[in-house]
Amino acid sequence: MDYFLSEEQLMIKELCAQIAQEKVVPVRAELDEKEEFPWEIMKVMAASDLFGLFIPEEYGGLGKGSFELTIAVEELSKACLGVSTTYAANALGTYPILLFGTDEQKKKYLPDIAAGKRLVAFGLTEANAGSDAGGTQTTARLEGDHYVINGTKQWITNGGEAEIYTVIAITDRSKGPRGASAFIVEKGTPGFSFGKKEKKMGIRASATRELVFEDCRVPKENIIAREGMGFLVAMKTLDSSRVGVGAQGLGVAQGALDEAVKFARQRVQFGHPVIGFQAIQHMIADMATDIEAARALVYAAARYADSGAKDVTKVSSMAKLFATDVAMCVTTNALQVMGGSGYMREYPVEKMMRDAKILQIYEGTNQIQRNVIAQNIIKEAAKAR
Amino acid sequence: MRIAVCIKQVPDTAEVKINRETGTLVREGVPSIINPYDTHAIEAALSIKEQLGGTVCAVTMGPPQAEASLREAISLGVDEAFLVTGREFAGADTLATACALSGVIKKIGADLIICGKQAIDGDTAQVGPEVAEFLDIPHVSYVKKIIEAGAASIKVERMMDEGSDIVEASLPALITVVRELNTPRLPSLKGKMNAKKAEIKKMGAAELELPVDVVGFNGSPTQVKKIFTPGPRGGRKKLEGSLEEQIDALVNELVEKKCL
Repeated sequence: MDYFLSEEQLMIKELCAQIAQEKVVPVRAELDEKEEFPWEIMKVMAASDLFGLFIPEEYGGLGKGSFELTIAVEELSKACLGVSTTYAANALGTYPILLFGTDEQKKKYLPDIAAGKRLVAFGLTEANAGSDAGGTQTTARLEGDHYVINGTKQWITNGGEAEIYTVIAITDRSKGPRGASAFIVEKGTPGFSFGKKEKKMGIRASATRELVFEDCRVPKENIIAREGMGFLVAMKTLDSSRVGVGAQGLGVAQGALDEAVKFARQRVQFGHPVIGFQAIQHMIADMATDIEAARALVYAAARYADSGAKDVTKVSSMAKLFATDVAMCVTTNALQVMGGSGYMREYPVEKMMRDAKILQIYEGTNQIQRNVIAQNIIKEAAKAR
Repeated sequence: MRIAVCIKQVPDTAEVKINRETGTLVREGVPSIINPYDTHAIEAALSIKEQLGGTVCAVTMGPPQAEASLREAISLGVDEAFLVTGREFAGADTLATACALSGVIKKIGADLIICGKQAIDGDTAQVGPEVAEFLDIPHVSYVKKIIEAGAASIKVERMMDEGSDIVEASLPALITVVRELNTPRLPSLKGKMNAKKAEIKKMGAAELELPVDVVGFNGSPTQVKKIFTPGPRGGRKKLEGSLEEQIDALVNELVEKKCL
């Protein structure tokens, strides 16, 4: 399908495909096996200007939007979700500053982020708070010119590796969800340390770690927006990033289908390549159709976000939900097409299947996405009356 | 420091097909790339520029579509690009090619000229050294390490059949480089956007002030009689075991083959 990409968008796609092919594919199995953070690949991506893709030109970026980021994430995800998660989580951590930061904060942080000099992470989830952000226990108390942060964030992507963290903490518990605020915390701030590194089923090149705050004092000016805006910052951030998770689903599904087709053309049984069998053909046709439908939805959601629309929550949730369910289904069936070979680590599809599972879970489980979509439909219906 | 890199656009395959009637390479339908060795030359030039400052220009001779390879060079960080093109350059052998390339370099000036050791289509490894001869400057071929690049001289390690030489040359000089030298970078997005807009300066024999009989087919003393794929080499056998066992095996083999 031709989605009528502009010349610049084609350039981005082409460059990301080249990085995926030359720098990611040769090392993805090893990074997965060793659970090694892909620093070398991040350096290549930084030199290629990819960290500046969605950052305005005045802060050293390329000033592109959600759609361009979608294309980049899709291409990288065809090769390795561990790598693309590292890249996408950087965008996730950057959005609070980009969407709500002061000019000073933007000037201070965005140029380094755009240049890929400093990696970013977003800290929302805790042991008792994920989808239920109301359960957040990390607190920030104003003391003179500083906020004193206490608490532990859990399962933070890029934790330990990133240098800039955007973190949600409660500044006034009596106000419920309106009592949360967002802060910028830099690595190396006294009282800020890292807990255990998680051992995961998939995306093992990506780092997932605890952030531990013990009387961590951050300057007052590190608050993002105002006190009490924390949940809004988090929700708008997730609205922007969710399409990117959809793009990851799209990429890994396409990557798995490509492997399955290649394999099925070569694998001979009963005297024919197995791709000649209708059972295989129908599976491949279904996978390809699902992927194309997911691509159309993800691209449309990204373009809608770039149009400046305010109500992107529902469509970005739909894009995330649909494309990542497709990813799980397609990676599973791609492995099935490859039979025993698909199950072996010699081929990349078992890793794709392990990796794809996280997409249905992180940045809001797909059950939560369905809640969000339904809530928006109910709201729209109520308004229409 | 002004560095010129000579590059060549080549078909993207080591197994090019040959037109049996004309004895030339069939390029139709084969995607083109920058000769892989030349990508190492570009990388070397860019890293010297990062160290010492200055400009890097890329030079190629070829048909109009060779412009694509120059744009690719710009996307990697090359500052300027020159395309030697025109009917008068068609059918050039290495001598006529080197004559044209040295003509550009005389025009644009360069302290250091870097070439890939050879092109993967012709495999002659002659053009680089010939350019140096036309310019009457020193050259070092098969460079695998740049030990030190300065404003007045360059110190390099040259790969030899057994071991390597350390050679220092005063500038201006020309070096040809091997794959072991470095890992070529990938393009950047800003570079790709620059490349789209960049001006590629085209030059013909007239601009280079070269008489038409020294370039192209007319300037080429080489006559291609026949191009063919050499047949496979004969069978080989590796002897194993202790030295004595290997000697015994070798003697037996020679006796069997009636050589002894």
